[in-house]
Amino acid sequence: MNESILQTEQLKAFYVLDVYGTPKVVKAVNEVDLEIKENEVYGIAGESGCGKTTLLKALVGAIEPPLRLVGGRVLYHMVGDEVDIFSLDEEEKRRLRWEYVSYVPQGSMSVLNPVIKLKETYRDFIESHASKDMRADAFQIARNHIAELGLPLKILDAYPHQLSGGMRQRVTIALATLLHPRIIIADEPTTALDVVVQRGVVQLLKDIQRRLENTIVVVTHDMGVQANIADRIGIMYAGKIVEESTTERIFGNPHHPYTQYLINSLPRFGDKTTRKSVPGSPPSLVNLPSGCPFHPRCPYEMDICTEQVPSLVNRDLNHKVACWLAGEGEYGKAS
Amino acid sequence: MEKLLEVDHLTKVFSFGSMLSRIRITAADNVSFYIKPAEIFALAGESGCGKSTTARMILGFEERTSGTILYSGKKVARSEKVWFTQGIQAIFQDPFGTFNPLRTVDRYFFETVQNYMGHRSKDVAIKLIDHHLKAVGLTYEEVSSRYPSEFSGGQLQRISIARALLTNPILLIADEPVSMVDASLRMSIVNLFKTLKEELAVSVLYITHDLATAYYVSDRIAIMFRGDIVEMGPVEKVLMDPKHSYTKLLRESIPEADPKKRWSTRVTLAELEHEEYLRVGCKFAGRCPGAKEICTCEVPPNTYVDDVLVKCHRYSGRYP
Repeated sequence: MNESILQTEQLKAFYVLDVYGTPKVVKAVNEVDLEIKENEVYGIAGESGCGKTTLLKALVGAIEPPLRLVGGRVLYHMVGDEVDIFSLDEEEKRRLRWEYVSYVPQGSMSVLNPVIKLKETYRDFIESHASKDMRADAFQIARNHIAELGLPLKILDAYPHQLSGGMRQRVTIALATLLHPRIIIADEPTTALDVVVQRGVVQLLKDIQRRLENTIVVVTHDMGVQANIADRIGIMYAGKIVEESTTERIFGNPHHPYTQYLINSLPRFGDKTTRKSVPGSPPSLVNLPSGCPFHPRCPYEMDICTEQVPSLVNRDLNHKVACWLAGEGEYGKAS
Repeated sequence: MEKLLEVDHLTKVFSFGSMLSRIRITAADNVSFYIKPAEIFALAGESGCGKSTTARMILGFEERTSGTILYSGKKVARSEKVWFTQGIQAIFQDPFGTFNPLRTVDRYFFETVQNYMGHRSKDVAIKLIDHHLKAVGLTYEEVSSRYPSEFSGGQLQRISIARALLTNPILLIADEPVSMVDASLRMSIVNLFKTLKEELAVSVLYITHDLATAYYVSDRIAIMFRGDIVEMGPVEKVLMDPKHSYTKLLRESIPEADPKKRWSTRVTLAELEHEEYLRVGCKFAGRCPGAKEICTCEVPPNTYVDDVLVKCHRYSGRYP
């Protein structure tokens, strides 16, 4: 088994707001334990508003008010060293980002400066993040990198508006991987792209992962994309990871009722039988239901579900589930 | 065979730039199709293929360059709206953009009742509104005097469908109705279209880029590419046995939710979009694996192969 490279321990990050004098706490990331291994693609799936993006922000240490770190740690394992990102100062964090971990935010095609050519953007980036001797031949490095990834070289002389959305997305991913980071964190990299272009972006991410043998954490609500790219998947619901396993097991044998709904509701070719979506609507993160946050929508609701929060426990080898039904105890279903 | 809506050689040309360097883009190029009563017809393709432009021309939001629209046998003049919108209602992509955030949602319902049914007493109107909200799984109590921000995207989309149903339409034009709705709630909207078709005999023009839901819900489908309909026919035939190379590419590119069916082949993407619009001959020739000389100089004719219309030289009889 590979070494773990990024780990969270009981991570809690809440948005603390003040609405007309009454405090309001949005529990976006609530006691999340993750262990992401070297050289794997880890997918995080879940519906909008379940805290996926906030989790990523916490992973790269980008916590700014109103978001607050309430508890827990984010640990990076770098060459034998264990670093807690929240113990670093701003300068150390800046060095860690891009060189060791790079973050491709959602809608990243709009991060490019519209009034300068892309090669200037590349130079800006190399000058602020790379070592001195790299700066001298910034253009050459940019050119080599673009060619390596199989993108056309003429884009370096283009302005962002001249490229299509898909090309801009790929340019941004190329920019994020310029310094060969060990971890790439991508937030909805294929959302708002066409299917063919989406396939191109997934292909690019896979190519990069294969070449650099690094780790990719990819967040997307699209289960089809998850099935295609991820090695392991964590399903997030209302700020918590509710199920985590290998892609094959998540799709082949989902245990949590929410995951079952997510997978069974997907339309498939050659099968026109009626698909049911998850009943009800997602809970508000300000006012979470008592006990298991999924219980108001769950068809198997029991008394204990409304009282106690199930914890994420190992059910089988490498298959963790947070559900009272899946446990070994008195509530567990005989499997 | 009865046709509810027929679109014949609908064309829209957009021109950009100054008088000296004008670029003309044909967003919809001689688009022809028809919709039968109680049928879900999908218009699918990637962004920029002209599917939304076509819908906007039908709804009269966009002036057409040429072509005719026939609605239950009658020609629709360019300026006519009222009798037409009573039978044809639209549902848009972004449910949050459909409603004004500062107005309560029920005011839209009362307005629609007033505009289409004349003056009614409030009780009658509420009864009517409640009836249509029940069709989408909501009630008047849940909706009355609440603002759009109090609903989820899926709920709002169902509210906008209920609003459209108020005029007893026979055709709904739904432009990407599920692309902004959460994956977990997407099927509830799509299933609603099925129910409306089966119970109220409402036809739906379902515009989407998501072929998986298109396959699930629709009866017939047209695939658009750069302004042209390249393949059209019964959904089973078009999507399970695609004939045009573009349909094949689209079909292959849909990520299947099955880790055993990962993509094994590689894909080449178009470098610059407008180059494809301006291409002479078949617009897909630059990316088509089977492109021959004839494809780059002559526009392929529409050929019927086994009930399916295909716009490809391979079936025109002139393919070497």
